[in-house]
Amino acid sequence: MGQGNGRRGNGSTAPAGDDLLLEVSGLKKFYPIRRGFLRKVVGHVRAVDDVSFDIRRGETLALVGESGCGKTTTSRCILRAISPTAGKILFKTDGGRVVDVATLPRERLRALRPQMQMIFQDPYSSLNPRMTILNIVGEPLLVNGVKNRQERIDRVEELLRLVGLRPEFMRRYPHAFSGGQRQRIGIARALALNPSLVVADEPVSALDVSVQAQILNLLLDLQERLGLTYLFVAHDLSVVKHLSDRVAVMYVGKIVELAERDQLFAAPKHPYTAALLSAVPKPDPRARSRRQPLRGEVANPAAPPSGCYFHPRCPYAIDICATDAPAFEEIVPGQWAACHRARELRLPGIALASSA
Amino acid sequence: MGDRVMGDGVIGDEGGGAVRAPLLSVRDLKTYFFQDDGMVKAVDGASFDVFAGKTLGIVGESGCGKSVTARSIMRIVDRPGRIVGGRILLRSAKGTGSNEIDLAQLNADGAQMRAINGGEIGLIFQEPMTSFSPVHTVGNQIVEAIRLHRAMGKQAARDRAIELLRLVGVPRPEGRVDEYAHQLSGGLRQRAMIAMALAADPKLLIADEPTTALDVTTQSQILNLLVDLQERNGMAIVLITHDLGVIAEMADDVVVMYLGRVVEEGPVDDIFHAPKHPYTRALLRSIPSVDSPPRRKLPTISGSIPHPYNRPPGCPFHTRCPDVMPGLCNVVEPPLVPVALGQMAACFLYPEVRAATAAPEPAAGGGRTPAPLLPTAVGRR
Amino acid sequence: MADTVPIYDPTKATVTPSPAALAPEATSGPTAPAVSAPGPLAQFPAPGEPLLTSDAEERVAVATQAQLMWRRFRKHRLAMIGAGAVIAFYLVVALADFLSYADPEASDAQRGLIAPQRVQFFLDGRFSPHVYAMVGERDPATFKRVYTEDPTQIIPLTFFAPGFDYKLFGVIPADMHLIGVEGVNPEETLFLMGTDLEGRDMWSRVMYATRTSLTIGLVAVVVSLVLGVILGGISGFYGGFADTVIQRTIEILRSVPTIPLWMGLAAAMPKTWTVTQVYFAITIIISLIGWTELARVVRGRFLSLREEDFVTAADLVGARQSRIIFVHMVPLFLSHIIAATTLALPAMIISETALSFLGLGLRPPAISWGVLLQQAQNVQTVALSPWLLLPALPVILVILAFNFLGDGLRDAADPYA
Repeated sequence: MGQGNGRRGNGSTAPAGDDLLLEVSGLKKFYPIRRGFLRKVVGHVRAVDDVSFDIRRGETLALVGESGCGKTTTSRCILRAISPTAGKILFKTDGGRVVDVATLPRERLRALRPQMQMIFQDPYSSLNPRMTILNIVGEPLLVNGVKNRQERIDRVEELLRLVGLRPEFMRRYPHAFSGGQRQRIGIARALALNPSLVVADEPVSALDVSVQAQILNLLLDLQERLGLTYLFVAHDLSVVKHLSDRVAVMYVGKIVELAERDQLFAAPKHPYTAALLSAVPKPDPRARSRRQPLRGEVANPAAPPSGCYFHPRCPYAIDICATDAPAFEEIVPGQWAACHRARELRLPGIALASSA
Repeated sequence: MGDRVMGDGVIGDEGGGAVRAPLLSVRDLKTYFFQDDGMVKAVDGASFDVFAGKTLGIVGESGCGKSVTARSIMRIVDRPGRIVGGRILLRSAKGTGSNEIDLAQLNADGAQMRAINGGEIGLIFQEPMTSFSPVHTVGNQIVEAIRLHRAMGKQAARDRAIELLRLVGVPRPEGRVDEYAHQLSGGLRQRAMIAMALAADPKLLIADEPTTALDVTTQSQILNLLVDLQERNGMAIVLITHDLGVIAEMADDVVVMYLGRVVEEGPVDDIFHAPKHPYTRALLRSIPSVDSPPRRKLPTISGSIPHPYNRPPGCPFHTRCPDVMPGLCNVVEPPLVPVALGQMAACFLYPEVRAATAAPEPAAGGGRTPAPLLPTAVGRR
Repeated sequence: MADTVPIYDPTKATVTPSPAALAPEATSGPTAPAVSAPGPLAQFPAPGEPLLTSDAEERVAVATQAQLMWRRFRKHRLAMIGAGAVIAFYLVVALADFLSYADPEASDAQRGLIAPQRVQFFLDGRFSPHVYAMVGERDPATFKRVYTEDPTQIIPLTFFAPGFDYKLFGVIPADMHLIGVEGVNPEETLFLMGTDLEGRDMWSRVMYATRTSLTIGLVAVVVSLVLGVILGGISGFYGGFADTVIQRTIEILRSVPTIPLWMGLAAAMPKTWTVTQVYFAITIIISLIGWTELARVVRGRFLSLREEDFVTAADLVGARQSRIIFVHMVPLFLSHIIAATTLALPAMIISETALSFLGLGLRPPAISWGVLLQQAQNVQTVALSPWLLLPALPVILVILAFNFLGDGLRDAADPYA
């Protein structure tokens, strides 16, 4: 699939010599489409289609894209909540060894679980309504060998304080808490085992606006205090800009651009990134402008267009875009994009958009 | 200070003197839900005006009553909800102020209300999938909507349906008209729903979170479409959303709601650049923006939105307000009164609001006077 | 005028008017319940902490799902009535021998088709329940025996009276019965619901029939439940090939018309089988269809729960599959299973009754509602002795009771409704 051709020898999108926590290369997840009485496979939904990136220890990498772009599937593959079809997911364990999460056998995967945890999008579906907060946050401890109940209570108390909840409430059930508080409980559960990588799947998009900021601040604060590494999955670019160090933009199962945050926002190299940036409504009526919205709709991952998946919607498409898939290349140092015209186009970023 | 006259609370009167009659005036609307375990005041005294060719944005978080307000206007509030007070005045296009109907007085299931819904008022929901029947083609449903409100033959109505679909930017409308809702993508479905809402050329379009279920690129397409349509046929739009970005992009006037109360209303520029109510101010400060500096602590609003069952007494926001005045804010409910030119707020930080609460002025200008909220003894001493 | 207006300067928020002066007339309208009026200096919670003020809320906050369910269930009046009736019926099941006063097998053609006696409660203004003796005479024209009450012969009823021997709960030998008659044999004198063709006491037979019919339903439902939960669980949790096989089996089973299937199976039962053997065979025949519905419920719940984030979360912290199923998933649909089971029971009871009524299920000497109703198949008997239809009454009552109870349970069980 062309992608990966232009990658450096060490196969890394991060500057060499960095302390890499996670290295994903050639990740694929295809879902078979079955038809008819015999459930014959007639095609595949390419949910994640040859994705490569890596995450440095202590940084926040944001995975951005619209619905169906494969960002959530990618994040769940990394945690092996679903098994990838192909590709490597190299994770550096606390012991300093590098393991391939994609192929790890079940028992060894269980042992690795504590080091990578997840924060979910929906604060309602992510907490078991039949369990108290103590049991929800204490479950990771119990499963991983903390059999002493008092020990668990003490640790849960500590965790609840850490996320800004009163420990007295630990015997309550989730239904007694608001969305923001439930999200804090979910965060406490994710932190119970001292993970090094936390995958946050749209952690604030289901929350009320006035509560979002509290959770974003908490995530920033926890990263600082505990040295966490975040893989932050989101569709909201303003939230992404606020939280991330580097940003990967996905479109129909592929990463189309990956760069340092400021670089990506100020001077995007892929037309899709530029379109996303201009589509975000800004909370300032004076910045109102008659934008040119993108034509058409997100391509169907079961039957993607030929060449560059974005070409039917791209205002800059030329003939080659319809026939050849562009390679994912480093356009300027630290900024990777998969676009035939990435080097020649001067695309508007946020600075331009807001001054217009 | 005490001699401030409470008008009917008309906002957005365009340029000196010549006040156009609003298309829709909502006055002191109260919609309560009577449930087994208590009463929820979903909307508790909302007042605002909607002008032809303008967009009124109603913004608020969950439980603020913005959707119930829209449903009250359409008279489609689900049981056990009921409009218990207020007026919803819809002015017909025939003259200014001469032909008013109070929708709140109409029979919700009556012929007149049915003629108004889909006739003079069009509605767009958040989830277009549930608004279309899965067993009829999109075209047939639009045709039916047209023929309900216009005396038109089947073929003529079908032609108009195709024309409407083309108008809202559905590609190949001649083919799409015979498809079912599930065959359309989310964006196209939303466009088809807008086409259906426009079937009878409504003067007022109510859009309840029209883009919340959509991706950002599709969202900007739909927002652009709404602006285009408004420019073309001059209809008024009531846009309900939780997204301040969408409000900034679309609205002319803004109503900010919190827990069933309107806390502030005014022109969009003032709401964003000179917000008066502490809630509006805090909300604007707390949202991250693509323009704001990254990785910095955002100013937050403390706590979370109380459950509507347990709306705090006094000002509903007092439990989270940084400027709360104990003994006042948690006891007396502040009325919504003008605090600046064209801008109203319900907050005791403003002398106008305190005056309105304390001094029961006689009706001086023909306007309604809010009922005295304090024992008269306070006024005398 | 202006000087009479109390001024609050936002910069000097300490200016606190006396609470009395600000006594909230503003809140004279309808106020939200469950809000305790706080003092002027109410506590403001710290960021991220719940705004829980009243005791009522505190109780809700720490309530388990079971408690919340019970609260919801209690509000469902019909369901509460249904629950009461179901409990009463199963008390009859447990105490059938105690509640009957005549041996259900004691027959005497001499006493055939006696109409129900009326119970008189007062004698000379005192509470003293009694019946009048039934006197039989042969009609000289038709030679039929006709029974009439003889008001001169008063037979007083007694409570906790000794009668025929039985074993309470199948183990404790006893001869005490709830009602009896003093000094005479109840078989010969007491006919609260009349007698059948062979002179057996209907009241006592209905008591025993209740025991049979309701236990057969219960056993059948337990068998269906076990089959349904196991097969539905496998189908829903593992999916794939097993799911396909189980789903197709269910479809095939459900597409077979029940009555012919039962007829075939019942015809295959050897005539030499004992009552107990037939009883178990019938149970299995009934549950053969019954499990499919429960399996679907279980499979559906597994399928939807499998997608819930908290199940993924449990997997991600390293919980084993058995723990995920039994600690994280099963408690969530246990209540659904109970509700589905309750709603399945009436169908089982009806099935047994119908089978026996058609002569395909239990056969005399077994006593069940269906067997009793079999006697009422003949129009002539029904016209002459309508009391033979009385066993239909408990059938209707118990079906209604189970349906009300099941509806209430289902409504109360769904935490997401």
